[in-house]
Amino acid sequence: MEFLQAIGQYDFLQKALFTSVVVGIICGVIGSFIILRGMSLMGDAISHAVLPGVALSYAFGINFFLGAVATGVLTAIGIGYVSQNSRIKNDTAIGILFTSAFALGIIMITMLKSSTDLYHILFGNVLAVRPSDMWVTVGIGVIVIVTVYAFFKELLLTSFDPTIAAAYGLRNNLIHYLLMTLLTMVTVASLQTVGIVLVVAMLITPAATAYLLTDRLSVMIFLAASFGVISAIIGLYFSFTYNLASGATIVMVATGLFLLAFLFSKKHGVVWKSIRVRQKRAELSK
Amino acid sequence: MNSAVSVRELHVSYFGVEVVQGVSFAVEQGSMVGIIGPNGAGKSTMIKAMLGLIGKDKGDVLFYGKEVSEVRKKIAYVPQRSQIDWTFPITVMDTVLIGTYPSVGLFKFPKKKEKLWAMECLRKVGLEDFAKRQIGELSGGQQQRVFLARALAQKPELLLLDEPFVGIDVASEETIIHILKELQLQDKTIVVVHHDLSKANAYFDQLLLLNKELIKFGAVDEVLNREVMSKAYAHQLQFLEKAEVTA
Repeated sequence: MEFLQAIGQYDFLQKALFTSVVVGIICGVIGSFIILRGMSLMGDAISHAVLPGVALSYAFGINFFLGAVATGVLTAIGIGYVSQNSRIKNDTAIGILFTSAFALGIIMITMLKSSTDLYHILFGNVLAVRPSDMWVTVGIGVIVIVTVYAFFKELLLTSFDPTIAAAYGLRNNLIHYLLMTLLTMVTVASLQTVGIVLVVAMLITPAATAYLLTDRLSVMIFLAASFGVISAIIGLYFSFTYNLASGATIVMVATGLFLLAFLFSKKHGVVWKSIRVRQKRAELSK
Repeated sequence: MNSAVSVRELHVSYFGVEVVQGVSFAVEQGSMVGIIGPNGAGKSTMIKAMLGLIGKDKGDVLFYGKEVSEVRKKIAYVPQRSQIDWTFPITVMDTVLIGTYPSVGLFKFPKKKEKLWAMECLRKVGLEDFAKRQIGELSGGQQQRVFLARALAQKPELLLLDEPFVGIDVASEETIIHILKELQLQDKTIVVVHHDLSKANAYFDQLLLLNKELIKFGAVDEVLNREVMSKAYAHQLQFLEKAEVTA
């Protein structure tokens, strides 16, 4: 109740809540494609790779969004280039490139700004969201949702069956880099809510939860977005009430939802599966 | 008069190793052609190169007298049933519906008309009762029938199938052959990469024997004889002779 009152009272809390909800939605939407394409590690990589871009933006006094998208997309291209043109496997290429980008970012941030800023970038500080940040997040949200809606067929087909996509004349590479660009934008939007280190959790945990509950992609995307929103709201409540880092509480709620689905999903849940096995065996031993 | 498929001097290589060497042939509309040859003969590679899925080093491939990029809608491809993610959240019905995507076009979604047509295609392969199942819950033969239904949903003029009968049950194989023969009666052209020589004469009008280069293209009995076949399977024969000597 106190939380509800505080929302009515404090402007900063309204902005925090609104921003977190938008982040929850777009992380769920993009996250669904990320986990289906087996690119969870790529999500982690991009989120870390935006750090040098953020630092550069500070240095040149431009919006941090521009620098972040630039280094994020550059890293995605770099990873693709290294794994396609050498015997280095994809996960290794990801490991090498994102850690080096991240390391470079840490050095640049410490040289330019105080360590407090680094802390906020790494772990999020949703209660300090400025109106301009909120609008950037909303703008990114609109772009992401419109793009995914417009290219839904193409995203589905290139994720499910790239060979047929190519036979239909679709450019798999183009869709891949489109998705990487959207992923980078989502990461940047999530910086203040959950921070660089935990963005990947918001991307993959709600989507993975949804994946356990349905056999249709469109339903999965809606569920993932809903779980993102629920995690954001409940997480923010705990963050505000007990004065905890918002990123951490939001991610813990998302993990809690995942555990519930993992145990109790009707089709794929561990509990129901073992009950079905037991029932069958009991039936046969009669 | 344009052939359904015409290939001239096609060369394809993987990183400098030539897999398809100067192959030329033409397939007439309404015929059913089997592509046969030993493992590593470049059968699948040739199909992929013809469709522009992998680059070619040299040569021309024309479908109905046009480049592949101009006639993709008319060509249905059923690849080897392998590299897709069987746990993907997609139903059998939605998989077949993918076949309507090329005609639906960008920024639009399949509507009732497309859904009814997809259901009709699913009925043709005898799987209408499985429409709402997740694709991975089906058996190998049923999955292959779903992919044939997806190809049918595309309303193609030409079908290219790569090893469609590998690892599937007899009933599914019969269903697929029956549908292909029916399509042939409607003057559609069918090209199948095939490995089981024993049934080749029952299934096809013409055979194309490939072993990196084109060994022979002609009526089934012109190809399925000892003299011609031994040219393609020469390596295996040599190996057998050596084994006999050392034994």
